[in-house]
Amino acid sequence: MIPELGQLALVLALVAALVLGVMPLVGAYRNDAALMRQAGPAAMAQFLLIAFAFGCLVASFVANDFSVVNVATNSNSKLPVQYRVAASWGSHEGSILLWTLVMAVWTVAVALKSRHLPRVLAARVLGVMGLVNVGLLLFVLFTSNPFVRLLPGAPEGRDLNPLLQDPGMVFHPPILYVGYVGFSVAFAFALAALMGGRLDAAWARWSRPWTTAAWCFLTCGIALGSFWAYYELGWGGWWFWDPVENASFMPWLTGTALIHSLAVTEKRGTFKSWTVLLAIMTFSLSLLGTFLVRSGVITSVHAFATDPARGVFILIFLALVIGISLTIFAARAPRVGLGASFSLVSRESMLLGNNILLVVAMAAVLLGTLYPLVLDVLDAGKISVGPPYFDAVFYPLLAPALFLMGVAPLARWQQAPIPELAQRLKWAFAIALIGSIVTPLVLGDWSLLKVSGFLFAFWIVAASATAIVMRLKAAPQRTLWAKLGSNSASYYGMHVAHIGIAAFVFGVTMVKSYDVEKDVRVGIGDSVVAGAYKFDFKSVGDVRGPNYSGMSGRFEVTRDGKPVAQMQPEKRFYSTTKQTMTEAAIDHGLSRDLYVSLGNEIDSKTWEVRVQVKPFINWIWIGCLIMALGGVFAIADRRYHLRRKTAAATAHAPGAATAT
Amino acid sequence: MRALRFGIPLAVFVLLVFFLGRGLWRDPREIPSVLVDKPVPAFTLPVLGSPDKKFSPADYRGKVWLLNVWGSWCISCQVEHPTLLALAKSNVVPIVGFDWKDKPDAAIKWLAQQGGDPYVFSVTDLDGRVAIDYGVYGAPETFLIDKEGMIRYKHIGPLDDKAVAEKLLPWIRKLNP
Repeated sequence: MIPELGQLALVLALVAALVLGVMPLVGAYRNDAALMRQAGPAAMAQFLLIAFAFGCLVASFVANDFSVVNVATNSNSKLPVQYRVAASWGSHEGSILLWTLVMAVWTVAVALKSRHLPRVLAARVLGVMGLVNVGLLLFVLFTSNPFVRLLPGAPEGRDLNPLLQDPGMVFHPPILYVGYVGFSVAFAFALAALMGGRLDAAWARWSRPWTTAAWCFLTCGIALGSFWAYYELGWGGWWFWDPVENASFMPWLTGTALIHSLAVTEKRGTFKSWTVLLAIMTFSLSLLGTFLVRSGVITSVHAFATDPARGVFILIFLALVIGISLTIFAARAPRVGLGASFSLVSRESMLLGNNILLVVAMAAVLLGTLYPLVLDVLDAGKISVGPPYFDAVFYPLLAPALFLMGVAPLARWQQAPIPELAQRLKWAFAIALIGSIVTPLVLGDWSLLKVSGFLFAFWIVAASATAIVMRLKAAPQRTLWAKLGSNSASYYGMHVAHIGIAAFVFGVTMVKSYDVEKDVRVGIGDSVVAGAYKFDFKSVGDVRGPNYSGMSGRFEVTRDGKPVAQMQPEKRFYSTTKQTMTEAAIDHGLSRDLYVSLGNEIDSKTWEVRVQVKPFINWIWIGCLIMALGGVFAIADRRYHLRRKTAAATAHAPGAATAT
Repeated sequence: MRALRFGIPLAVFVLLVFFLGRGLWRDPREIPSVLVDKPVPAFTLPVLGSPDKKFSPADYRGKVWLLNVWGSWCISCQVEHPTLLALAKSNVVPIVGFDWKDKPDAAIKWLAQQGGDPYVFSVTDLDGRVAIDYGVYGAPETFLIDKEGMIRYKHIGPLDDKAVAEKLLPWIRKLNP
């Protein structure tokens, strides 16, 4: 009964999405307020119905209803309950349903927050989002229905892929999707602006917090996925340039460019058509990522269910959404006009340079991801593109971007004299240079790559500090506290995010330069030395979990004779899926991670063991969190909320008192 | 003319859709082997369980047969095993096992645990030297060899019932009229 209710709710949600996708847009075209007013209720109805349907799916998983195909193939009665809940989005069908749910949440959030917007703009934004969700719901109902029954029901389920039975997997997909789908708001704002022909500073200001919020989620989602791969896949790597990872990284790159471009559009009224194109590109890449992951055109370690019928549907959807929006762009953007001019060296030009670098980086990732496919289609052979390509392409693109990141916040708008910039930044540069040469010397191993990595990390921090200090000095207030308060939250947000990048670059440089990795055969009672650490292999015993059995090794780690950690890597065999999983043991620390994983058993006393010491690897993910924190600062900026309140107050004066 | 610039993104996208659309009908896992339609690389390897006996592909000249690469350490081979057992039972084609980078004891134990031995016999390639000649880069892999000792078809990854019915059996029927 519950699955049928979910199914019914989905059909009704499609109706709500159709109402949302058609009526407000027609209303905006005819300037019919009654039609435009349908947007809010329709968005709310769509949200409630999809949330109900999703609840039905979760309920079926929790109740072990193996008469539902999706439950029978992705769950098991022995699976712990939190993973049964997570299994509801572990499958293809469930994850697409989660997509539509997240889309509905963003739509309803926009509907609730859009009361102060010009009515026509709000109607168009919500209408575009409704149309996108119509496509997604059709996809769910026709090719990926999670509520299909299995008659007669299975006595037991086939169990969730053991790789996904992990806390990281419980949170990674929802957060990532919130980010992906969040860019639909910027996309809808861009299309609405193109339709209305109004692309001004106010439009950019409305789009900015939404875009930044989506970007924060995407940043956290990617970081969580990378962290999950690091500790769960058991290889000790943190980024593999896998097509699925690339699919999430591409919208991040253009999304980052979009955030910066929106800032210029708001502050200077320029970059307009470029901003709109970035907004379209970012959401298109989110959709393209879904296509790549879900259609099976590209092989990846994330081997999800693949099906050409689904691929054809997503491709048609993709072609319609992106094709139509790019056609509107081609038709309308020439009329948007150019903004204020700027000289060759100015903050605008630096942000433009940064934008171009980010987009070229995205294109490089896209090329690397699709190149095997293109060659195959052209019958030029099957190849695969791996990390060497991406590493080689990425470094030269990121280096100038990291350099500009330090300069741009100190550069003046419109025109920034180079001597003045050099004067302002000379100390920052000196500090970064000395730090980057001294650090590798102290650590005992010197190479150009290391120096340049440290140089950029220190440079960004020093330049950001310089920028903040100069601002504070110039502020007219007397006390430090008042001076601090004179800058906007988004100004600090920018620097926090940049420092997050610096932490990230520092972590990557440390790991790439100084990690120690040993693959050895170790007998019980023997030990392995890696770096300053000694790993004593004490024993191996049996372990038994709810749906797996396996072996667990015990290692004692010492440094200079002092105990550091007890580590217990496991090898698990999941009986239902017949899969063996390596559960690495990791001892986390701010300055290093110790990593032990069990390989094959050679005989009852000897094992293949991989031991790694990874200096500062956690800074990679901490850096990502700091970036997202910077985004939170930016969203919290008073200027978005103050104007919103005053605008709302003037628009709905009678209701204002009750609303607050 | 200036307005045309704004159509560039659309043009790029149309090209992309073309490739994605064509790509849908391709299987990225289907990797052509350079060995197909080439003579099977020669080897002489001991037979699993009775190391005094030796086998080389020339012994099977005049037969259509399968060479299946497996190992007791290989998880996907467990997945494939029931399919191989069923195929062996049907007596359509002799299956020779190619025990790759394995220990004979572990291999024999593994076969017993899997509920049967689908192979006529298995040869043991303990150090994996011969597998290099065959371009093996992951077990399981399966080669179909014809009466003249030519490799006619190569399957990468676990065989399932569908692959046997749609790919292997038609080939075998063609070679064994």
